Amino acid sequence: MTLNRRHFLTTSAGLVAATGLGGLGISPAFAQAAAPTYKPEEGASLRLLRWVPFVPGEEAAWLANTKKFTDATGVAVRIDKESWEDVRPKAAVAANIGSGPDMVMSWFDDPQQYPDKLLDLTELGEYLGGAHGGWYPGLEGYAKRDGKFIALPLCAIGNAIVYRDSHMKAAGFNEFPKDTAGFLELCKALQAKGTPAGFPHGKAVGDGNNYAHWLLWSHGGKMVDEAGNVVLNSPETLASVKYAQELYKTFIPGTESWQDVNNNRAFLAGQVSLTANGVSVYYAAIKDPSMKEIAEDMRSVNLPIGPVGESVELHQASTLSVFKHTKYPEAAKAYLQFMYQADNMNSWIEGASAYCCQPLKAFADNPVWTSNPIHAAYAKASGSLRPNGYAGPLGTASAATMADYVLVDMYATAVTGQMSPEDAIAQAERRAQRYYRV
Amino acid sequence: MSSYTSQKPRSRVADMFQSKNAMGLMFMLPAAVFLICFLTYPLGLGVWLGFTDAKIGRDGVFIGLENYRYLWDDPVFWTSVFNTVVYTFVASVLKFVLGLWLAMILNENLPFKSFFRALVLLPWVVPTVLSALAFWWIFDAQFSIISWSLMQIGWIDGPINFLGDPTNARISVIAANVWRGIPFVAISLLAGLQTIPPSLQEAASLDGATSWQRFRLVTLPLLSPIIAVVMTFSVLFTFTDFQLIYVLTKGGPVNATHLMATLSFQRGIPGGQLGEGAAIAVAMIPFLLAAILFSFFGLQRRKWQQGGQD
Repeated sequence: MTLNRRHFLTTSAGLVAATGLGGLGISPAFAQAAAPTYKPEEGASLRLLRWVPFVPGEEAAWLANTKKFTDATGVAVRIDKESWEDVRPKAAVAANIGSGPDMVMSWFDDPQQYPDKLLDLTELGEYLGGAHGGWYPGLEGYAKRDGKFIALPLCAIGNAIVYRDSHMKAAGFNEFPKDTAGFLELCKALQAKGTPAGFPHGKAVGDGNNYAHWLLWSHGGKMVDEAGNVVLNSPETLASVKYAQELYKTFIPGTESWQDVNNNRAFLAGQVSLTANGVSVYYAAIKDPSMKEIAEDMRSVNLPIGPVGESVELHQASTLSVFKHTKYPEAAKAYLQFMYQADNMNSWIEGASAYCCQPLKAFADNPVWTSNPIHAAYAKASGSLRPNGYAGPLGTASAATMADYVLVDMYATAVTGQMSPEDAIAQAERRAQRYYRV
Repeated sequence: MSSYTSQKPRSRVADMFQSKNAMGLMFMLPAAVFLICFLTYPLGLGVWLGFTDAKIGRDGVFIGLENYRYLWDDPVFWTSVFNTVVYTFVASVLKFVLGLWLAMILNENLPFKSFFRALVLLPWVVPTVLSALAFWWIFDAQFSIISWSLMQIGWIDGPINFLGDPTNARISVIAANVWRGIPFVAISLLAGLQTIPPSLQEAASLDGATSWQRFRLVTLPLLSPIIAVVMTFSVLFTFTDFQLIYVLTKGGPVNATHLMATLSFQRGIPGGQLGEGAAIAVAMIPFLLAAILFSFFGLQRRKWQQGGQD
């Protein structure tokens, strides 16, 4: 055991407190809450289960920060990767049997499925929020239960519209419409020019759910109220379905079968001129010299604002939790605290090349967001994010409703004419009620 | 004076080794343990979970038939039952007819016979996920080679919506399954055809039987035991298909291709509703049993095999 580990203080604020500088009035700006100090247990080692990275630079930055932590504390951290859809069952099983990884980097409302199996991170969560300008409320919603942090929000994987600037201009629009009505007109004009838009109506876990939730929320609809009662069948939902029908008429044929990768493929092949996606579609274009023209012509913008009057989106959200079964809770907290230190978090956000949007407002001025104009739309993801179970409680019902594609199917049945909008909503309501039946 | 020879008592272990029954039991034990651990236990656990409200990450409590009652009123579940039955029936019939046809062609004295027999196996050899990915491209809404070819010929104006239209999607997934399943049926039936003595065919020919009569009254009855086995397996594979659907459509468009297996996974694992997912899986058992019983008792009727009419 090294002296370093024995006396490791994980934050600069901790150092300040320990050396008494705080008492001398030489304190950093975030000294409003004393930084908690976590002393890793003797012989501690940690295992983190995380999703397979989408961007190599993100993983490299995460590993570099982890190495710094290990060098400073002697606590080895093993990182296991699983494809992003496999993280949920693996983490849930680990929580259930009380064995396996110590920490998990999970998706959406996963921590809300087994809150009693997770370590209380309230002290750290509140400190980090206070020190770094506060958590974004949408992300915070995923991480908190009954006022306590059961996880730390990590990032939003931003979703934004990507479009071909020249095609938009050729369709008679000099700038991108900001509202849903103007957006529909743009899509109509693009279709008339033979350069249509396309959004997935198939079982696309990420893109399909992003699109469906935006349609609903932008029109003021919601799946459940604050108490978890299903309130989907509303005039606002009906308006959103009717809007989706109109929009669908302007799409390239075949979007009913689109999965997550289809819109990228169609956009990069020049088949569609407008879709919504993560920033990865841009990086795929600039990597391939044959797509130089598309990459240069590509622009990004946030999804338009609907009658609800504000930008509201689902995005993908990720959190970090620590299992109660860990033998080294102090080491785990020290690790998290270290990863959220300003320099470490900033280098990680930068490494992710605009793929991961910051969880804390202080990191919004990270240079990555201004390094390329295409990144700008993705910088706002955490701000416009709403939890998938909005406006009700998160848990098994919200997770199951989304996993069962209730909203995606509602729009798909209506736009393809398999059901009237009213019937599609009624069916979706019945399906949602089954999950929210408790 | 009488002599007495003391006999050393045999140990129980030695007795056991001498006993045929005990030895038989011992030899069967590894297989039994294997079956109990990897078949009986998971099956029993699955059935039990179907009666609970278990969620991923949380033990459930016994709720009786509640999962089944909910499924009974669930239109998506019934859509998946309908899809599974149609998928299995149509694909199995096509695989049988085309497989038998292929087997009979391969049974003839063709040039490069061995090469063609090996070639036919290719779809079966390719991992399902890979062939499913290939079909995913073939049926792509924008980049389908079929659509492209037909457009080049000038037969169609725009790409065919293979996986976006419910009927097209059902036909497409069945076509992919048939393509993949034919080799298994064909090669198995070919093996069966080769066991039929040529003398029987010759005798029938001498008696004036036409080729159709020879097929119907000699080949088919003699082939029926192997048909029963092959079709039982084929039906089981088709009924429980998962990979093909999951890659091609994930059950879409709007659940038009959801099979019971894919719905069970969707609800059980990503949806976290283990109990309900297990209940859907358990609901497959009666259908599977019916298929097996039909294959065994329906296709193995002795009189029919002997050319009778029952």
